[in-house]
Amino acid sequence: MSARPEILSVQRISVRLAGREVLREVDFAIAPGELTGLIGSNGAGKTTLFRVILGLQPTSAGRVLLEGRARSHRNPQVGYVPQKFLLDPDMPLRARDLVSLGIDAHRLGIARPSRARRALVQEMLDAVGAGDFAEQRVGHLSGGEQQRVLIAHALVGRPKLLLLDEPLANLDLRAGQEVVALLARIARELGVAVLISAHEMNPLLPVMDRIVYLAGGRAVSGTTEQVVRADVLSELYGSHVDVLNVHGRVLVVAGAGDDADRSGAHGPDGWVGQHGHDVVLPGPEVGP
Amino acid sequence: MSAVTGAIFASGFFSSEAVRVAVVVGGVVAIVSGSVGVFTVMRGQSFAGEALGDIGTTGGSGAFLAGVGPLWGIVAIDVVAAAVMELIGIQRPRGRDLATGIVLGAALGLAALLLYLESTYRNTTGAAVTILFGSVFAIAASTIPVVALLGVAALAIVAALYRPLLLSSVSTEMAAARGIPVRVVGALYLLALALAVALAAMTIGTILSTALLIGPAATALRLTRRPGLAIVVAGMIGVAAMWLGVLLAYDSFYWPPHGTGWPVSFFVVMLIFFVYLLSGLCSRAS
Repeated sequence: MSARPEILSVQRISVRLAGREVLREVDFAIAPGELTGLIGSNGAGKTTLFRVILGLQPTSAGRVLLEGRARSHRNPQVGYVPQKFLLDPDMPLRARDLVSLGIDAHRLGIARPSRARRALVQEMLDAVGAGDFAEQRVGHLSGGEQQRVLIAHALVGRPKLLLLDEPLANLDLRAGQEVVALLARIARELGVAVLISAHEMNPLLPVMDRIVYLAGGRAVSGTTEQVVRADVLSELYGSHVDVLNVHGRVLVVAGAGDDADRSGAHGPDGWVGQHGHDVVLPGPEVGP
Repeated sequence: MSAVTGAIFASGFFSSEAVRVAVVVGGVVAIVSGSVGVFTVMRGQSFAGEALGDIGTTGGSGAFLAGVGPLWGIVAIDVVAAAVMELIGIQRPRGRDLATGIVLGAALGLAALLLYLESTYRNTTGAAVTILFGSVFAIAASTIPVVALLGVAALAIVAALYRPLLLSSVSTEMAAARGIPVRVVGALYLLALALAVALAAMTIGTILSTALLIGPAATALRLTRRPGLAIVVAGMIGVAAMWLGVLLAYDSFYWPPHGTGWPVSFFVVMLIFFVYLLSGLCSRAS
């Protein structure tokens, strides 16, 4: 694994918030063109980890390298799509305008309209399949459509790393699948490293190259075959968990006879899948 | 032809010095309020805008008591109030209304004292009404350069910060992730807001200034889908309401009962109100 060209290297990051250790020695790396899932239950520290990578959250230990260098304050090479994006429907902002802001929103003054600028925005809108609703107000779009526009906004600056915080939350099954397929295409075709946080891994399993599994502030990373195993996750959780493969879906559940500490940051996700859909696992069966 | 214009513009309208000052000052103030107001509505800071207007009462009455022009008092108190709001924590979503409300309460308490002192010792009848509801026709021509300067300053802040301000109004997280200093942008915007509100407060009154700030902006947001266009439309609606208000107020002097003109602020605010209602019908139809 040492030969992998790394775009992002998170090195033994620890973060304390209000006296509580939210992240403890989190360590992983991401290569260009890879799609990585950052999986963990609510409160596991996913958003905090994103804030660290973006340089918005100071760490108590460790460091983050982008392309082998310490992250500079402004990092146009990182695109970011936040969690729970709620825009007022009355906001006078077309999908096109939001993508355009992605080019140079950090600059002072008003952007000069130009043919090159319009073409770039249009190219990005088409690339994410948002061409049909480019003229509509962003606040009027559906959740899946908004995700596409936000992805275009994040991509238009040609970042090498794309971070998406819970992009599948609040999306219905079909919209979620479309967004996942789009993100996989972005990773493969543009060579962008994509890091997606999610509290459920199943929708990402078909496309995920690597997984960073976060629980109780600690993380294990690797391929899904390496990480999603009863012994590995049991050690991470500090209590016995089973990894079940049911009709092609992976379920991480607290082991039999171990009913304590089921909830909260230290507990496994429990029966995670509520969508009732099957996702075919890539490769051999996962688990012990 | 002249009969028509004569019916619309009462005699002496174009030769009146007071009307000319009102048209110039009112026009500048409406453009500034409309432009700044679009961001106020987008950022959900209408309460801060309203509060800064009300707080202007304190500065205005203080200026009256000291015998200087009310604009200076209003601008000074609004800039100070905006700074205190910023320090208390107007940028935290949860602290926003709190910071605004606390500063508003303190300032209005002071205004109560100043207005009392004024009516007791200086006997300036109508000072309170002038400050609270404005009187465009009483603005001295010498204020025009100051109004223009402050207006240009507010517009310059909004124009310079346009892109970072727009993105942080859409999402502070996305703006911060791009390295935009969200807090600094917010503080500078608050300064522009304080200047715009102070100008509006001097023109149509401290407690009516919100109407000019929020009304045209909210209307423009309904009518257009583009942020830049919304600013232009808001400015145009504001100017139209202001100028038509000046005209109606001037003409109202000749309406029955003869000899008592109605206040300009009344007309301006009512026009803005009706345009907003009308825009609701339009946007629903489309």
